[in-house]
Amino acid sequence: MKVRLLDIAHARSGDKGDTANVGLIALKPEWYAPISKYVTRDRVAAHFTGVITGGVERFELPNLNALNFLLHGALDGGGTLSLKTDAQGKVFSTALLRLVVDIPDAEASTLKLPPAVDIP
Amino acid sequence: MTEKKVVRVAGAQGFWGDWLEAPRRQAEGGPVDYLMLDYLAEVTMSILQKQKERDPSAGYAKDFVGAMESVLSGVAERGIKVIANAGGVNPEACAAAVLEMARAKGAAGKLRVGVVTGDNLLPRIDELLAGGHELKNMDTGEPLSLVRDRVIAANAYIGSVPIVEALTKGANVVITGRSTDTALTMAPLRYEFGWAGDDWDKLAAGIIAGHIIECGAQCSGGNCLYDWRSIENLADIGYPIVEAQADGTFVVTKHPNTGGLVSVQTVSEQLVYEMGDPHSYITPDVVADFTSIHIAPDGKNRVRVHGITGKPATDKLKVSIAYRSGYKAVGSLVYAWPDALEKAQLADRVLRERLDRLGLKFEQVLSEFVGANATHGPLAGPDAGKHAPEVQYRIGVRDADKKKVERFTREIVPLVLNGPPSVTGFAGGRPKTEEIVAYWPALIDKTVVQTKVTVLT
Repeated sequence: MKVRLLDIAHARSGDKGDTANVGLIALKPEWYAPISKYVTRDRVAAHFTGVITGGVERFELPNLNALNFLLHGALDGGGTLSLKTDAQGKVFSTALLRLVVDIPDAEASTLKLPPAVDIP
Repeated sequence: MTEKKVVRVAGAQGFWGDWLEAPRRQAEGGPVDYLMLDYLAEVTMSILQKQKERDPSAGYAKDFVGAMESVLSGVAERGIKVIANAGGVNPEACAAAVLEMARAKGAAGKLRVGVVTGDNLLPRIDELLAGGHELKNMDTGEPLSLVRDRVIAANAYIGSVPIVEALTKGANVVITGRSTDTALTMAPLRYEFGWAGDDWDKLAAGIIAGHIIECGAQCSGGNCLYDWRSIENLADIGYPIVEAQADGTFVVTKHPNTGGLVSVQTVSEQLVYEMGDPHSYITPDVVADFTSIHIAPDGKNRVRVHGITGKPATDKLKVSIAYRSGYKAVGSLVYAWPDALEKAQLADRVLRERLDRLGLKFEQVLSEFVGANATHGPLAGPDAGKHAPEVQYRIGVRDADKKKVERFTREIVPLVLNGPPSVTGFAGGRPKTEEIVAYWPALIDKTVVQTKVTVLT
């Protein structure tokens, strides 16, 4: 089943130099397990292809039902150098929530994960 | 049963430019022991340094004087203490302005202002470089000598120790320069509870309490994505308060009868804000572990935080260095339906061709189409903005050569008459050329930085 992160998580993002961080938090505690299993570093790196110029780091915070991603080369130089509208990476959070992951049907239905709608 | 001592630290400013109403509301809306006002972002010090170069009595967050005036009776009559990094690059002038305001308001002698100095390394840079401190860029590894002649500010991030010292000396207002945001909250807790300098878990708890409230209402319902429609009365939002106990546990809450929300979700969003490696949140006082945080609901608009652990501090301090790094300008025009995006894209091609014909090459040129791709880029999808009622065309350039950037600023407005149709939104005229002050993060041995505390009345 296809599941969109917007329907199972919330997020906040910020900046450190030319790196944006996105903290991704499960909407329900029981949804942290599939999020940590399927929202891998590689999956997120592929999602941001063409948007960031550097690599992705991933950290787990099971205590907060959260993952933290560092997106390097995300901010056109960052800080005052950046020409971007979102020079401080404030809305990379919702850009990550666009990500759609494939979760086996059995697992998705046990956890009552909402299916993505209108996603090709 | 003896009641456990609770110390209440109220976040009253989250950055320079935050809500002017917040300090007074925090001082008057219910019991608080400390007001914590955070004014400094990475680039703020360089702005303040530029102001000080023009006027030796400037160089601090002037908003703070008004904030102090708005809470003066609480401080002078009710014993509330204030901790703020409003001093910028001129804490002494900031203290003088606050004391002058107090005298003018008939509160002479009521304020004892502790001034923390020693973070400003600008006058010492050459001495430090000569002494073998390379001040290498933490991100790129480059030595500071590369940009030395363009440096305009250099400040060490200092921790809780001098703030505790000021409180111990009887200050009821503490003004620092570049202290860390989190120390502004941790220091009064450390002072009140007598936490030792190697009590890593408690110091880490104080730091995390500080991280939660350092961005003001961003932990109490502001900028909160989780179920955002259900967050009530943002117009009357309550700023956050930490109610801490000696064992390092604390509750995050806000004053009664205020808007916004304090919940596990609002606090969690703030916890992950600007996070790096959660295992090692490095501060001058302690290395805090964000994976140790336990967080649970504790009644309406109350969240309990406990279980925090910390590790010994490192022997370095971070240094924030600002240097001149060329110029930039950003301009925009608005194109209307029908085919707003297509018109804006044509305008971009036309403008870029004209820049080419003028022989103008820039270090960076960035075009965005607000309404289509400015925030999420290609993630917004191939059809994004196609049917938008209007699209803002936004183009910026960056270069070391000011003349080139200024020439660019003349090329945008002409498009109104000599480019694609249905264009408006040019009322601001030509965009301004701005000098870029860039940020150079470095590390320095702790032993090099000696802070000094003076209490003035």
